[in-house]
Amino acid sequence: MSSIGTGYDLSVTTFSPDGRVFQIEYAAKAVDNSGTVIGIKCKDGVVMGVEKLITSKMMLPRSNRRIHSIHRHSGMAVAGLAADGRQIVARAKGEASSYESTYGEGIPVKELAGRVANYVHLCTLYWWLRPFGCGVILGGYDRDGPQLYMIEPSGISYRYFGAAIGKGKQAAKTEIEKLQLSEMTCREGVIEVAKIIYKVHDEAKDKAFELEMSWVCEESKRLHEKVPDELLEEAKAAARLALEEMDAD
Amino acid sequence: MESLDVDGPHSMGTTIIGVTYDGGVVLGADSRTSTGVYVANRASDKITQLTDNVYVCRSGSAADSQILSDYVRYFLHQHTIQLGQPATVKVAANLVRLLAYNNKNMLQTGLIVGGWDKYEGGKIYGVPLGGTILEQPFAIGGSGSSYLYGFFDQVWKEGMTKEEAESLVVKAVSLAIARDGASGGVVRTVVINADGVTRNFYPGDTLPLWHEEIPAQNSLLDILSAPSPEPMSM
Repeated sequence: MSSIGTGYDLSVTTFSPDGRVFQIEYAAKAVDNSGTVIGIKCKDGVVMGVEKLITSKMMLPRSNRRIHSIHRHSGMAVAGLAADGRQIVARAKGEASSYESTYGEGIPVKELAGRVANYVHLCTLYWWLRPFGCGVILGGYDRDGPQLYMIEPSGISYRYFGAAIGKGKQAAKTEIEKLQLSEMTCREGVIEVAKIIYKVHDEAKDKAFELEMSWVCEESKRLHEKVPDELLEEAKAAARLALEEMDAD
Repeated sequence: MESLDVDGPHSMGTTIIGVTYDGGVVLGADSRTSTGVYVANRASDKITQLTDNVYVCRSGSAADSQILSDYVRYFLHQHTIQLGQPATVKVAANLVRLLAYNNKNMLQTGLIVGGWDKYEGGKIYGVPLGGTILEQPFAIGGSGSSYLYGFFDQVWKEGMTKEEAESLVVKAVSLAIARDGASGGVVRTVVINADGVTRNFYPGDTLPLWHEEIPAQNSLLDILSAPSPEPMSM
C-alpha cells in the first residue's frame, strides 16, 4: 500500500522525481489512521459527525471534543493528530474574530475556509516546520446559505455537499453518495450520519467509540451547536437498529 | 479690511444628507468649501465614491475627510478582490468608523456612508465626530444640519419613492443653504439602487427661494449667455 520514498521523503521541501512531496502524503496517512469524520450539507444546513474512538475505559464521556465552534455560525470537526487539530481550530477562531473586528460582520464561510487552507499550506513550505497531521471538515451557514468545506494536510480545500475523512472514509463516501441530500432536512440528516458512522465502525479492530455530532441549520437558528440530546439518542437508536437489521440478513 | 488667509486649512461648513427610500438611497450635499470667510471652492463635490455601490458624504475638515476616504477605498478594493463580490455597505461603514474612532484625536470629520447591496438593500450609516457608527433610515450632518432637525421630524416618512426622496433631499439642502453661511453653491445628489448609480446636479437658480430671500438679479447667472466683455483698451 505504501510506497517508500527512499531519500526523497526526508524533508517537506523536497520533491521526488515523479513530482510528489512524500512528507505531505505521510501526513495524510496520519489522518487516515484516525476515527471517521463525516460532514453533509442538507437543504437547510450542515451536519457533522465524528466516530470518537475510546482508547481508555477511564475517559469521561463527552470529554475530548472533536468538533469545535469557530464562530457563532460555523464549526470544525477534526480528524488526525488531536494536538495539531487544536492549533488549526485556534487559528480559525482568531481569523474569524479579527475579521469581525475589522469588517463588522461575521466571516463568510468561504473566506474562513480559504484562510484555514492558507495556514495549513504554510506549514508545507518550510523545512523547519512539519505539515499538520490532521484534516478538517468545516461547516457553516452564512448569507449565501449553508456550506461545507474540507481542508486536507496539503492545504487543499474544496467545497463539498458530502465529505468523509479517517479510517472509514471510503465506505462512508459510498454511503453518502446514496443519500438524496438536496431533499433532506438536517433533522433527517442527523439520523443518516449516525447510521453511516455506526456502519463504517470496525468492531473487530477498534472496540468502543462515542458518537459526537453537531449541526448548523434553520432549526438551530443558523448557530453552530451540538445536536440536541434527544435527537442524538434518537439517531443512535436508529443506527443501532439499522445495524441489527443488517446483521440479521 | 481683514486679510483673507487663503492658504489656511480648508473646511467644509457643509450640509450633508443621506436618505433611504423603497429600493435604495439618496445622498445629497451642498458645494461650498471655505477657508474662514473666503469660499475656496464654490462647486466642490462632497459625495465621494468608495466602491461601485457605496458612496460617502464628507463634512468637516476637507483634508481629513479626503484622506480617510482614500484609505477606505483602498481597503475596500482589496476586500472586494478577496471576497470575490462587492462589499456590503455595512463593511464600508465599519472601515470608516474604525479609522475615525482610532484616530479621533487627530481627525475632525463627520461622514455619512450610504449605498446599496444585494443582502440588505439601501442602507445609510452615520459616522459623526467621535467615531460612533449608527445605522439610520436617514442621516444629516455638517454645520447646516442644525437647521434641518425640525424639518425632517415633520417631513420624514418610511418607504418613499425615489422621486419623493430626491426632492426631499434637494429641498432640505436648499433650506440649509438659505440659513447656514458655511453652506452654499449648488446641490449635488447621488441615487444608489439595484440598477446602479445616478448623479444629479441642481444649480442655484433651480432651487426654490425661501421666506425673505430675493430672486436672483443682475447676478452672474443672468449674463451667462451674454458674450464675454471686450478686452480693455489701454
